[in-house]
Amino acid sequence: MATLAAPAAPIAERQPTDWTTQAMRSRIAARYRAERNFRRLGAAALVIAASFLAFLLFTIVRDGWTGFQRTETRIEVQFDAATLGVDPAAVAGPQGQALLARADYQALLLKAAEQLGPADDTLSDAAWMELREALMDNPALLGKRASLWVPVRSSIDLLAKGKYDLAAPAESRGVTDREVSDWRWLEGKGLLRTGFNTTFLFGADSTEPELAGIGGAALGSLLTLAVTIAIAFPLGVFSAVWLEEFAPKGRLADIIELSINNLAAVPSIIFGLLGLAFFLNFAGMPRSAPLVGGITLALMIMPVIVIASRVAIKAVPPSIRDAALGIGASPIQVVFHHVLPLALPGIMTGTIIGIARALGETAPLLLIGMRAFVTDVPQGFTSPATVLPMQVFLWSDDVQRGFVEKTSAAIMVLMLVLIAMNSLAIYLRNRFERRW
Amino acid sequence: MNFLPPIRVSAAFGLGLAALLAVGLAGCSGGSRTQIRIVGSSTVYPFTTAVAEQFKRKWTEFPAPIVESTGTGGGIKLMCAGLGAQFPDAANASRRIKKSEVEDCAKHGVKGLIELQVGIDGLVIAQAREANFPSLTERDVYLALAANPFGKGPNRARTWKDVNPALPDIRIEVIGPPPTSGTRDSFNELYMLKGCNSEPAMQALKKSDEDAHKQICEKVREDGAYVEGGENDNLIVQKISANPQALGVFGFSFMEENSDRVKDVPLSGVTATYENISSGSFPAARPLYLYVKVQHVPAVRGMHEFLAEYARESTWGRTGYLARKGLVAAPEAIRRAGEATARELTAMDEGGLQ
Repeated sequence: MATLAAPAAPIAERQPTDWTTQAMRSRIAARYRAERNFRRLGAAALVIAASFLAFLLFTIVRDGWTGFQRTETRIEVQFDAATLGVDPAAVAGPQGQALLARADYQALLLKAAEQLGPADDTLSDAAWMELREALMDNPALLGKRASLWVPVRSSIDLLAKGKYDLAAPAESRGVTDREVSDWRWLEGKGLLRTGFNTTFLFGADSTEPELAGIGGAALGSLLTLAVTIAIAFPLGVFSAVWLEEFAPKGRLADIIELSINNLAAVPSIIFGLLGLAFFLNFAGMPRSAPLVGGITLALMIMPVIVIASRVAIKAVPPSIRDAALGIGASPIQVVFHHVLPLALPGIMTGTIIGIARALGETAPLLLIGMRAFVTDVPQGFTSPATVLPMQVFLWSDDVQRGFVEKTSAAIMVLMLVLIAMNSLAIYLRNRFERRW
Repeated sequence: MNFLPPIRVSAAFGLGLAALLAVGLAGCSGGSRTQIRIVGSSTVYPFTTAVAEQFKRKWTEFPAPIVESTGTGGGIKLMCAGLGAQFPDAANASRRIKKSEVEDCAKHGVKGLIELQVGIDGLVIAQAREANFPSLTERDVYLALAANPFGKGPNRARTWKDVNPALPDIRIEVIGPPPTSGTRDSFNELYMLKGCNSEPAMQALKKSDEDAHKQICEKVREDGAYVEGGENDNLIVQKISANPQALGVFGFSFMEENSDRVKDVPLSGVTATYENISSGSFPAARPLYLYVKVQHVPAVRGMHEFLAEYARESTWGRTGYLARKGLVAAPEAIRRAGEATARELTAMDEGGLQ
């Protein structure tokens, strides 16, 4: 007892701290200083992170915004039946469209290009397709003259956008003297216009930058994600419901929980290998198909959805369940009438974040053949397709300089889609989330 | 939001089950395919895709061919995995098919391959525009980059001057393809092996101990003098144009397209130009191939027309559209023979393969 009483005595006799002494003042000042420094460090970390992001965005937008534009030149085309090799009488007949589709537009274009004088070799390789489209839309043009805007070669397009340093000597500027003089000639005659490139938004991949489009890859992404959602969402949510509401607590539940947490951390390339071995080699599904891509990505994001859904279901207060059971609801009624609707905002947020991850994924899709050149817009779940991030990857590796701006433009499209999806997740959370 | 009818939930569950069912069904019906499928080398990829696109424009009744970039070895393996719709019809290759690969094909029932040499690619060592590295020989490259030059112990050369007193006193730094790339195989064959075999003792070693010869001749040092630039050649161009001290290894077409930023280092005094590669006077040139399974030609719609489109003067000739993409045309005799092969669909002679 004495040992306990002894230390108590000095505490009672201790004087109140004198805050006015020099030592105490400097101590307080040091504490305030440390606090200010810590805040400054935090702010500096944020500024550094934000400036990295700003730099990234700035370079992408600077390189990429011209990717949404395309330069075209105006030519007068005489839709001459003889040059096209079609019989005007037969065109009016039942086989008219098929005849027009097969006519010789390249010859027609060659003839029309003569009016461009020295710059006759500046038209895109597929400019004749514009003529075909014009004539097939309006067969009455046959035998008449029309003024059309057709795309020019990528080099002329880049010149018009000012992407070359013309002051540099000829051998080191990446564009020939002929191309520069052609461009000056066309520009001088006012035959060029640079406008919004609808082909880029709606077309599929091409080996010519001026004809390449992101539409095919975007549709491929959409089809792939549709499969992913259709499989991963119901399976993920119902797994979570069973695990939270019905599973017997015990060793088995612990093992399942551990496996799901581990599965969520497995590198995505492993799922690609699984897709290759099981869906392609064993089940014999088609390569490069959105169906297989979708299933593979569904396997990848399902653990994420299960974990998010379990957290959301756990957050519904037990009093809700007790009240429902108390007035006579069956366990299934409790889940479907009360727990799931209340947990749905959290489940949706988790799902959308999982889907956004699937949208940006390339590694597993490499292995199941989606790193492919697909120049048709995909027609369905089993037709070959590629996806947005894969298109970025393919273009970034292309030899031609015109693809630099296309790559950045494709990144911008991909980021816009991702931002839209994440905004939707945030909106859903804020709109429907309930605090207890 | 507070009340969700159970019917909707079961509908969602049903939808999921339906999707799984559809998946199962599709698994059974994976046998139908209407388009040509080509896999293989990333070097040949830009040329084959250009032909595929032209083919699609001309023949609107056939669906567009699908071209995948998997690397030469991986592509041939995929093609040789069997006959039928789930296996690709053709493979791009940046080197000739190997005897072991043909045997693998035959094991899976693939007998008879059509071989088309689509053109030539020069493998250049390039430098930044403003750099002025004079000229290299294969022997210089080998001595600078081998892990164990001529089997005389680890490579201690730090600068190019250590390798050859005529070269500048610049630190050795070469950015090139990783071992998984077909371009690396070509680099080994065209630079390292040639440089290695310039020593008579090495040629003798090849006869006595082939494995030791391969080890000494092809193993690249790993102390930072050789930097793996990844499969992306544009990245190598960017790196060497940012660092004038470094040299880069990539295909001629990349150098041509980026001629404002990089230029070649002459090889034994020969510059890498279209004429020099085409005529064969530039030593580091390799042929590019397309291999097609004979048994698939009648089964795939449009295959014959596709091959005819590939093997045409206006496609792969000196003024064809592939030349604009950076392909160096094969010599005229080979192009003529290729046209005949594509017309008559004759299988290659597998006798002379290694």
